[in-house]
Amino acid sequence: MYDFSKITGAIHNWLSSIMPDLGVIITEWVLIGVVFLAFFALLGLILVYAERRIAGFFQFRLGPNRVGPFGMFQTVADTVKLLLKELVGTKEADSFLYNLAPYFLIIAALMSMAVIPYGFNLVAYDVNIGLFFMMAVSSIGVIGILLAGWSSNNKYSMIGAIRSSAIIISYELSLGLSSVLAMVLLAGTLNMNEIVMSQQAGWWLFRGHIPAIIAFIVFIITGTAETNRVPFDLTEAESELGAGFHAEYSGIKFAFFFLAEFVNMFIISAIAVTVFLGGWLPIHIPFWDGFNGIMDYIPGPIWFMIKTSIVIFILMWFRWTFPRLRIDQVLTLEWKYLLPISLVNLILMAFVVMMGWVF
Amino acid sequence: MTTTEIDNNTGLVTQEYKINMGPQHPAAHGVLRLVLTLNGEIIEKVEPDLGYIHRGIEKMTERDTYKQIVHLTDRLDYLSSHINNEAVCLAVENALEIEVSDRVKVIRTIIGELTRLASHQLWWGVMGMDIGALTTFMYAFRDRELINDIMEETCGTRLTMNYNKPGGLMFDIHPNFQKRVKEFIKQFKVSLPEYNTLLSGNVIFKKRLQGIGYMSKEDAIAYGVSGPSARGSNISCDVRKIHPYSAYDKVDFKEILIEGGDSYDRYMVRMFEMEESMKIIEQLIDNIPEGDFETKTSAILKLPKGEYYQKVESARGEFGVFIVSDGKKSPYRMKFRSPGFANLSILDKISRGHKIADLVAIMSSLDFVIPDIDR
Amino acid sequence: MTNTELQTLMSSWMDGLEFADEGVQHLTITVGKENLRNLMLKLRDGEGAFDYMFSLTAVDWGKERGMVYHLESTKHRHIIVVHVTTDDEVLDSIHDIYPTAILNEREAFDLMGITFNGHPDLRRLFLQDDWVGHPLRKDYVDEANMIVR
Repeated sequence: MYDFSKITGAIHNWLSSIMPDLGVIITEWVLIGVVFLAFFALLGLILVYAERRIAGFFQFRLGPNRVGPFGMFQTVADTVKLLLKELVGTKEADSFLYNLAPYFLIIAALMSMAVIPYGFNLVAYDVNIGLFFMMAVSSIGVIGILLAGWSSNNKYSMIGAIRSSAIIISYELSLGLSSVLAMVLLAGTLNMNEIVMSQQAGWWLFRGHIPAIIAFIVFIITGTAETNRVPFDLTEAESELGAGFHAEYSGIKFAFFFLAEFVNMFIISAIAVTVFLGGWLPIHIPFWDGFNGIMDYIPGPIWFMIKTSIVIFILMWFRWTFPRLRIDQVLTLEWKYLLPISLVNLILMAFVVMMGWVF
Repeated sequence: MTTTEIDNNTGLVTQEYKINMGPQHPAAHGVLRLVLTLNGEIIEKVEPDLGYIHRGIEKMTERDTYKQIVHLTDRLDYLSSHINNEAVCLAVENALEIEVSDRVKVIRTIIGELTRLASHQLWWGVMGMDIGALTTFMYAFRDRELINDIMEETCGTRLTMNYNKPGGLMFDIHPNFQKRVKEFIKQFKVSLPEYNTLLSGNVIFKKRLQGIGYMSKEDAIAYGVSGPSARGSNISCDVRKIHPYSAYDKVDFKEILIEGGDSYDRYMVRMFEMEESMKIIEQLIDNIPEGDFETKTSAILKLPKGEYYQKVESARGEFGVFIVSDGKKSPYRMKFRSPGFANLSILDKISRGHKIADLVAIMSSLDFVIPDIDR
Repeated sequence: MTNTELQTLMSSWMDGLEFADEGVQHLTITVGKENLRNLMLKLRDGEGAFDYMFSLTAVDWGKERGMVYHLESTKHRHIIVVHVTTDDEVLDSIHDIYPTAILNEREAFDLMGITFNGHPDLRRLFLQDDWVGHPLRKDYVDEANMIVR
């Protein structure tokens, strides 16, 4: 595996040689910011395109196919349209909070992306509580949704926002407390990079016995709920609330919500990949040394993206298959089923780890 | 709850939360406006506010000839336009005692059932969308397209067919008609089980509909609910069985009755009804008798003085035409009994205490077409 | 039940009913407006079991206006038509006997201008609240919106 700290280290050394320390830090911040913003925007474009093509696939139609080869520039065209659109707002809205809300979501999404390891040592912010940081930061997003719903001064938005906060606050428990924590027990660290490294002998999903599989299933369900996607898209609930919390937003502000939704989906998939599916590690099949050797030649970031895409595909599959749950059913599912299951699962996992029953 | 309550201790004000659902709302399937009084998400009252697409069709009929009126009825329930046309034609034919050939009767029945199938397909797709399953819409439209193509070939139009006229049909069926209908039936026999796999058996879908919008048998009758919505409450009300018209007395089909009375039962009635419609078409499609496609009538028909009522089973329920004639070329008063209007009247009763999401499901299960309600 | 049987049955309930079963599609009863509620109650609960009111039509007969009710029995499947007319444009509401009348009576009020005593929520249904006149009346004139042939 290639150590990406060689590249980043080289850049750091070169910068240090031409400017003072403060300048180096600021330049690096700007560089990382630019790289991540570009990645963020690109990710949004690709995911929206992918969603539309996959939706087309599930509904026997083609999806976008006119702009550019296979319609690849459709989302670019859409972005340009969204950028050029007039910003229509309501007069009665609380304009400060109304304008602030989209940034909460975008910033929460961006910050969570900082701790994801895309390759060996390829991580923007390598912190020893990486997973915890990510859980904490991604919860900020709900404030954005709540603000958007409240400040729009629209009754439908309000209902959407309240639904959203109810869902996210309850599902945060299963997601963070139980399913991810169970895996942290197994890995013995909160550092994202180390979690990946600890899976060199095999993915935690397979090595963690039944508790790991239960944790994975719970994680996928709660992750879907966290990103407000079908079957948990009650915040937007097209057929009930129109567009829910972002009903009053237009143009680029709407695009922010839209983008954040897709990037959040990427983040949830990235956590799933990092924690359960071996992150950027290549696929290794025991005793197939030749195969494993070939797999090692494929760089880590590509493995990471392949695995993430598969999880994203599953989430999109949900969206185009399932009907939407009702708010009380969503909360019942969490408080009566998922949370008890994952708490018991946590104890089970602790037992497994204590007895040393890990492969 | 009164409009405003003030807590004496804290001084906090509790107000009724009223929201407008519609006239532009994705779940209203048109321009239906409902004023909801909410307590949190729970519905305390539903007040329909109609008239956003009221065109005064009943007033218009008073200046038109009977042959012209037929074309207005397309615009009532546009999803069962053929059946609406048929109702007016039957009323006029019965009043003037015009005999139509068996061929006309059979073709009317086949096209009526195709219309019902198309309507139920659209309803199914939209029902899925309302519950949040977006893919159903595309499945439904894939199959509905085939029916529309058949209609286009034979009737000349895809949605508002205008194929009927008092005394028969506008023109004979297209030579391809039988072949294409058979092809469609073959295709749809594969698709219908797909519908059930995709939606009917889905756990979330069942949970969303079962026990929601319970309509007791007594209530349904008292509110004049008819059609599949009433048959979900175990009320035998199929006009095709009770007062047979056209060729329905010659075919063998079941009247679907389910006892439950909730939204899922209303849903299942329509799903089974599609099978029955296919059965009817299959029985008739190879046995279209030879004969004239029309009985010659004069350009301006004058109904004898009196009152005439004709009821037919449209895709939504009992569609009725009431004509008061004074012997002139236009009716003195013409009333359309629209199934949607009666079905809407029970909405408030069955949706109280449920949530907003349930209201959408209930509205879907009652299958409203707004021009039909507003007339 | 046959029309004759129904006729005998109803005559036993009250006086002042006029029957017509010759030359009409269904048995037609004309009732005075003071007896309307009485008759409706008996029709619903009596032996005829007319529980399903499927059509309510307001008709402008020229001198007077009235309602035409179509009733069916879901048990016996017979249909009758009840006529009632009023010269002062006031009728008793039957919404508590047949709840389907709630919306239909609002429609009749809106388009024909018949007021129903005891209706809980008698407002215009289709037209705007400030609309002048009742369009389905024969003497209604609207030069802007109506094409008269």
